[in-house]
Amino acid sequence: MNANSNVRSGNPLTALRRTVGGYTDGVRDWWATAPRWARWTVYALLIALAIVAPSDAIGSFMSPHSHWASLLFSPIGTYVLLAVGLNVVVGQAGLLDLGFVAFYAIGAYTMAIFGTKYGWNFWPVLVVGIFMTAVSGIILGSPTLRLRGDYLAIVTLGFGEIVRVTAQNTESIGGSRGITNIPHPEPIFGVEFFLDPLPYYYLLLAAIILVVIFAKRLERSRVGRAWEAIREDEDAAELMGVPTFKFKLLAFFIGAMIGGLTGVIWASKVIAIQPPNFPFILSATILAAVVLGGSGNLPGVMIGAFLIAWLPERFRGFADYRILIFGAALVLTMALRPEGLLPPRRRRSISGSVTKPETPPAGGDEAGDDRPAEEVAK
Amino acid sequence: MLNDFISQVGPSTVGGLASGAIYALIALGYTMVYGVLRLINFAHSEIFMIGSFAALFVINLMGITGPLSGIALVGTMLLLLLASMAASGGAAVVLERVAYRPLRRRGASRLAALISAIGASIFLQELFALVIIPEVFDRPSQGRNQVPVPRLFDRETVFSIGNTDIRNDHLFIIVAAVVMMVLLDIFVNRTRIGRGIRATSQDPETAVLMGVNIDSIIRTTFLVGGAMAGVASLLYAMEFENLRFNVGFLLGVKAFTAAVLGGIGNLRGALLGGLMLGLIENWGSIFFGSEWKDVIAFSVLVLVLLFRPTGILGESLQRARA
Repeated sequence: MNANSNVRSGNPLTALRRTVGGYTDGVRDWWATAPRWARWTVYALLIALAIVAPSDAIGSFMSPHSHWASLLFSPIGTYVLLAVGLNVVVGQAGLLDLGFVAFYAIGAYTMAIFGTKYGWNFWPVLVVGIFMTAVSGIILGSPTLRLRGDYLAIVTLGFGEIVRVTAQNTESIGGSRGITNIPHPEPIFGVEFFLDPLPYYYLLLAAIILVVIFAKRLERSRVGRAWEAIREDEDAAELMGVPTFKFKLLAFFIGAMIGGLTGVIWASKVIAIQPPNFPFILSATILAAVVLGGSGNLPGVMIGAFLIAWLPERFRGFADYRILIFGAALVLTMALRPEGLLPPRRRRSISGSVTKPETPPAGGDEAGDDRPAEEVAK
Repeated sequence: MLNDFISQVGPSTVGGLASGAIYALIALGYTMVYGVLRLINFAHSEIFMIGSFAALFVINLMGITGPLSGIALVGTMLLLLLASMAASGGAAVVLERVAYRPLRRRGASRLAALISAIGASIFLQELFALVIIPEVFDRPSQGRNQVPVPRLFDRETVFSIGNTDIRNDHLFIIVAAVVMMVLLDIFVNRTRIGRGIRATSQDPETAVLMGVNIDSIIRTTFLVGGAMAGVASLLYAMEFENLRFNVGFLLGVKAFTAAVLGGIGNLRGALLGGLMLGLIENWGSIFFGSEWKDVIAFSVLVLVLLFRPTGILGESLQRARA
């Protein structure tokens, strides 16, 4: 086995993995010890960057093929917000949700139905939409969260499909034609919402900032610690007195609300929505963004979502092949760095405690030499 | 409503058993891989898709355009079976090598493996839509459209039960699936390799200590599970006579549902779950209309998991969990 190990460490892929990994781990460690003023400077710079992001100078480089400000709204902004929501469920509480798009769809349909049928304005619908998705999160969660890992994954996948197929088959909400003429938001603070994507982008940006602050506060709270305990070892958490079911349901509830919020904002811009806007592949893409970025770590998740939304648009020049490349890139990234680009500092990867059965010892004899950086970081 | 049901229950039972048999064969791949590795082989649906196109490729190669009969039919069927089993099994082995083994070596989480599988699934679908269907099947710029499959044999009624006609194609599918299941059951329960598979799914660490070559066992599991998907893909191509680059997705989800329904990790459970899912779907669509088929299937899944989370037959291939 020793000879084999040596051959493997000379592997260019391994070398690349260590270089990239060492760099991002370094950033992470600096951040963990950075003084308060440095962090606030970085936050301020990031928000400033997000505010000037739609400018043409940045756009001409970032997206030569399509309208940059529109891209920033959708898919980039929506993916980021969805990923932050899914991160609460997958990254923090460790619940594998493959049907997250259902909440997005429910939010969007709430906006569309209340906007077209009852003539409601965007702002009250925003509240109603978040409420509706929160309720649907509870409805989905309360029977299914007693199940473990993979069962939950397949049930949530089924739920996503049920929502889409139901929308498709129900004529009173437009059936397969969907809903058109969804009203734009009413002006607020003198900002008009019409065809220009900029106001929508800033609306979404404000939502992202608020949700990120909320999620970050939550992560550091009693709730966040309970989620972490559940994620690492559910049985142990239960034995230590954490009401696991309650907290898992809370994670579903909050994740669903964020998904619904995204759906409402998105539907208020696009005028028309149809059931095929909410395919399974969107759930998979958002999950890929979360895992690629580093499940459980907010900055990582947001970077992951940004990359997954932006790269295929940036390389539109490759036309159809971008999705093919996206698939291959996912496989490659997972092989090189399965814990994601920017994993949380404290742990190497999600569900570390249950990896025992999936880590057959055959891999174990190389493990010692293959993952030094992460072990040290612990 | 009830009269509708009574008049349609016979044909929809036969149809349900036939599609259930196809679900069951695909479900075997999920259940075997889950038993050994504890992960959802998400790209299994693409393994199925590859098998179906392999069958079509051989059909085109042999220049078959219309129904066959007699010895030509039997020979062709065997050849097609071989082709789709080899293509699916081979693809599954390659998939394991490329998308799973590097992660397993690093002790990555199952979430990473799932993302890798989703990536592989997207890659294979796009590969077929962009390259293989336009080039190999000579359908330029129509890679995302349906590809027709010529009819292999005339469909006729073999016998009738009451007022229900049993067609030869349905009968063939059900018999083929059951024969394959029996062969697989013998393989897993009676052979040396089968014992290795069972040992690995019960406790991989102890299995290694007892001298089981776990890499080889995992490869075999993917090969056998893939080959079963290959059988299913031939039956599907023969019955539905239309293929698409994403033909595997819905079938894959349904088959996984079937595996969970029967008790994941349990081979006989996969057969039972598949047949049950096919029946429930078809019976349910008499009442609600066939556009609600998928909703019915998933609702049944949720209900079963609520009342019996380990599935109907439990988890006998794997260690029982709390």
